[in-house]
Amino acid sequence: MSKKTFIVLCFVPLAILVAAFFVLPMAKLVVVGASGNKGLAAYAAILLDPRYRSTLINTVLLAAATTAATLVIATISGIFLQRHHFPGRSLLIAMLTFPLAFPGVVVGFMIILLAGRQGLIGQVTQTLFNDRQVFAYSLQGLFLGYLYFSIPRVILTIMAAVEKLDPSLEEAARALGANPWRVIRDVVLPALMPAFIASGAIAFATAMGAFGTAFTLATDVDVLPMLIYTEFTLSANFATSAALSVGLGLVTWAILALARTFGGNTVAAAG
Amino acid sequence: MNDQQANSHGVALSIEGCGKTFADGTRALESVTLHVARGETLVLLGPSGCGKTTLLRIIAGLETPDEGGRLLFNATDVTRVPIEKRNVGMVFQSYALFPNMNVSDNIGYGLKIRGVAEKERKARIAELVALTGIGGLEHRRVDQLSGGQRQRVALARAVAARPSVLLLDEPLTALDAALRERLRGELNRLLRTLGITAIYVTHDQAEAMALGDRIVVMRKGAIAQIGTPREIYFAPANRFVAEFVGAANIVEAACDGAALALPGGKLPLAKDAINGHANGTVFAMIRPESIRVIAADGAALAGRVDSVSFVGDRQRASIGGVAAKAITVDVPNSVAIKAGDRVGLAIDPAAIRLLPGDM
Amino acid sequence: MKTTRDRLLFAAQLIFTLLVAAFLIVPAVLSMTAGVTANYFLGIKSGLTLQWVAQVWELYYDTIFRSFLIAFSALAVTLVVGVPAAYALHLRNDRLSRAVEEIITLPLAIPGLAIALALLLTYGGFTDFRRSWLFILVGHVIFTLPFMVRSVMAVFAAIDVKTLDEGAASLGASPWRRFLDVIVPNARPGILAGSLMVVTLSLGEFNLTWMLHTPLTKTLPVGLADSYASMRLEVASAYTLVFFVMIIPLLTAMQLFAGMRANAMGTR
Repeated sequence: MSKKTFIVLCFVPLAILVAAFFVLPMAKLVVVGASGNKGLAAYAAILLDPRYRSTLINTVLLAAATTAATLVIATISGIFLQRHHFPGRSLLIAMLTFPLAFPGVVVGFMIILLAGRQGLIGQVTQTLFNDRQVFAYSLQGLFLGYLYFSIPRVILTIMAAVEKLDPSLEEAARALGANPWRVIRDVVLPALMPAFIASGAIAFATAMGAFGTAFTLATDVDVLPMLIYTEFTLSANFATSAALSVGLGLVTWAILALARTFGGNTVAAAG
Repeated sequence: MNDQQANSHGVALSIEGCGKTFADGTRALESVTLHVARGETLVLLGPSGCGKTTLLRIIAGLETPDEGGRLLFNATDVTRVPIEKRNVGMVFQSYALFPNMNVSDNIGYGLKIRGVAEKERKARIAELVALTGIGGLEHRRVDQLSGGQRQRVALARAVAARPSVLLLDEPLTALDAALRERLRGELNRLLRTLGITAIYVTHDQAEAMALGDRIVVMRKGAIAQIGTPREIYFAPANRFVAEFVGAANIVEAACDGAALALPGGKLPLAKDAINGHANGTVFAMIRPESIRVIAADGAALAGRVDSVSFVGDRQRASIGGVAAKAITVDVPNSVAIKAGDRVGLAIDPAAIRLLPGDM
Repeated sequence: MKTTRDRLLFAAQLIFTLLVAAFLIVPAVLSMTAGVTANYFLGIKSGLTLQWVAQVWELYYDTIFRSFLIAFSALAVTLVVGVPAAYALHLRNDRLSRAVEEIITLPLAIPGLAIALALLLTYGGFTDFRRSWLFILVGHVIFTLPFMVRSVMAVFAAIDVKTLDEGAASLGASPWRRFLDVIVPNARPGILAGSLMVVTLSLGEFNLTWMLHTPLTKTLPVGLADSYASMRLEVASAYTLVFFVMIIPLLTAMQLFAGMRANAMGTR
C-alpha cells in the first residue's frame, strides 16, 4: 500500500462520521429553518418579531454583563495569584478552577443552594435581617450562574497570559519613573489586551449558548436557548426553532472565530 | 578638569561594599567597592555569570544589595530609594520598547510621567530623534522597526528625561556582527556628546575597549581588574584578564633573573618586568602581535610552523617547539609562511609581561 | 522594600480572591454535605447518613452505568477515528486539511442545543436508532472528537513526527507498520490527554444529551436535572455528590498530567 493510499484511508472513517452526523444534520437544520410558512423570511424574523427580538436582546445583554464582570474579577485575581506566592496559593487556585467541567445543570443547582428558597444566603439574611432573600430564580440568579461557569475558564487564561508577560517592559516603565498603578495602566493592561479579547469572546459565546443553567433555574427570564427549546418541545415549531438555532449558531461561531484570530486555544461553548 | 568633564552632567557614583545573594542561595556578587567619576563611561566586562548584570541592576534599583552595602549618587545615599525615584536611564538587552505606543510616545514616556508640558515634550522628543538619527520614524509602531532602529529608540527613551546615570545592559548583543560594529561607533559618539555618567555591561572585549574610559573586568562575582583599556590590555593583572581581553600566549618557564629558559632558546626580559619574580617558574604573557617572524639561522628563539590560517587582514600561525605549548603569532600577509617551515621569533622584552602564578 | 501600602494592597486582593473562591466552593461543599446529612434543615447535628446515597443508587443506578458506557464508547470511537485522522491531517498540512480541521471543530462553536436539534430533525424518524443509547453516543462523539484530534496533532507537531516516519520508512517499514510501531507510541501523551478530556466531557455533557434522551436512555446529568426538579434537596445533593466523586479525580488527573508535560517540555 502506498503512502498516499494509507493517508486517505486514515481520513475515511472521520469523513464518513462527520459528514453523516454533523454536516448533513446542520444542512437539514438550515433547510428546515426556511421551511415554515414564512420561508426564508423566518431568518429575518429573529430580528423583526418583537418577541424574538426582546429575547435576543436579553440574551446579549446578559452575556455582555457576564463577560464584563468576569473579566474584571478574573483580572484582579489572576494578576494577584500569578504575581504573589504564599502558602495555600495552589489550594486557592485549585478552588477557583475546579468548577471548570461542571455542566450548566449542576451550576444551576449550586445557585439554588446559595440563593434558592432554602439557600444559604436566604438563611443568613433571615437570621440577620429577618428577611429571607431568595433570588435564584430571577435575573440576578441567572447572572450569578453565568458568572459561576465563566470565572474558572477566564481566570486560567488570564493567569497564563500574565505568566508570559515580559518583565523587562515593566522594569523599563519603572526606570522611567512610573508608579505601580501607572505600570499596570500603561504596560500590563495593554499587553493583556489579546488575552482579554480572546477569553472575553469565549465567555460571551458560552453565555449566549448556555442552556443547562437556565433550564435548572427555570427562570421567567427568556434567553434564546430556552426559547429554542420551548418552541421545539412544547410548541413543535420545528421551523422556528431551527431558524433560531441556526441564527444562534452563526453568532457564536462568528464570535469564536474572532477570539481565535487573537491567538489562544478555543474552548468549547459548553454550559 | 578636561573639556569633557567640564561639559559633563550626571552624578558621581559610589558603590560601597555591595554584594548580592539571591533567595535561592546563589551568590551572584561578592562585596564590590567602586567609584565612578562624573561623566565617565565605565564598562563592566566579563563572561556570563560574572555578576556584571547584577551589579548594574543594583545601581539601577531593580535589586537591593545585601546588608551593609551602600550606593551613593554624588553624596546622597540612594540604597533604599526605589528605581522609580532614582532618575536613571536604562537601556535593556531586549530594548523593552512598549508595543502599545509608537516611537514618539515611547521616547516621551518618562517626560509624561514627570508632568512635562506637551509643547516642551514634543520639542525634547524632536531633539532626541535628531540626535539618534531616527527622523521619519516618529509615528511607527515598535514591531515595524528594525533591530538597529529599536536600539536607537531605546537609547532616546532612556536619555529623554535627562537621567543622572545611563545604564546599558548589553545593548548591542541582540544585533548581527556588522550592525554591531557600526552602532558601536555611533554609540561611542553619542556617549561623548551627552557627556553623561554611563555604566555599560558587555561580554565583548572589543566593545569594552572601544567605549570605556575605564573597564572593570569581572569574574565569578568579583572584580578581577580595573583600569583604562590600555592598562587592561598591556598590563593585565592576572591570567584570566590576559586571556579574556585579546588573544594571549601564556608561557610557563623557569626564570634565571634576566631571561626565560625555553625549549626553543632564551628569551631576555626587561629589567622592570622581572621585579619580585626572579628565580623560579613564572608565567609570561606575550600578545601574538608583539612577536615577529624572522629567519631561523642566528635567531635567539627558533621553532617550527605547525599551522597557518588566513584571517583576512593577516595570518595567524601556530609555532611549536619554542615553548611547552604552541605559540600563536600574527604574521603580516606580506610574509610567506607555511606549515613545516623552520622560523625564528623576535620578541621585544618590553612586550613581555609576567603574571602572578594564580589566576 | 515592602511598604504599608504594599501590604494593604496585598491584603485587599487576597480577601477579594478568597471571596470569589468562596462563591465557587461553598455551594459545592454544601451540596456534598447535604448529600450525607439526615436532614438539611437541621444540619449536621441531625446526623450523617448514607441513606440518600443509597436512594440515589436505587433510583438512578442505570444513569450512572449508561453515562460510563457512553463515555467509554465515545472514547473508543474517537480513538479509532481520531488518531489516524490526526496523523493524516498533520502529514498533509494543506488547504484541505485546514478545512477539515475547521469543520470538525465547528461543533465546539455551535451550542449543543442546535446540534441536537439538527440530529433530531435528520435521524429522529429512524425509531430504533432514535430510542437507543447509540443516538446519544453519536452526539457525544461529534462533540468530543475535535479534542482528541487536536490533542494528538499538538503532540505530532512538538515531536517532529515526519522525521521519525521518514526514518522508519528508510528502514523498510510499510505505512501501516510505521503507524503502529512508531507513530502511535510516540503520540501517547497526546492520546492520553485527549482520552481524559473525552471521558470527562462526555460524563458531564448535558445540552446535547437532554434533547436526545428518552426516558429509557437517561445519563447522569439528565438524571441530575430530573432530581433537581422533583426530588428533595438531600437526594439531589447526594446525586450531585456521586457526580463529583466521578468527575473530580478525572479533572485532577487532567491538570496534573498537563502540568507534568509542561515541565517535561520546558514550557514552565
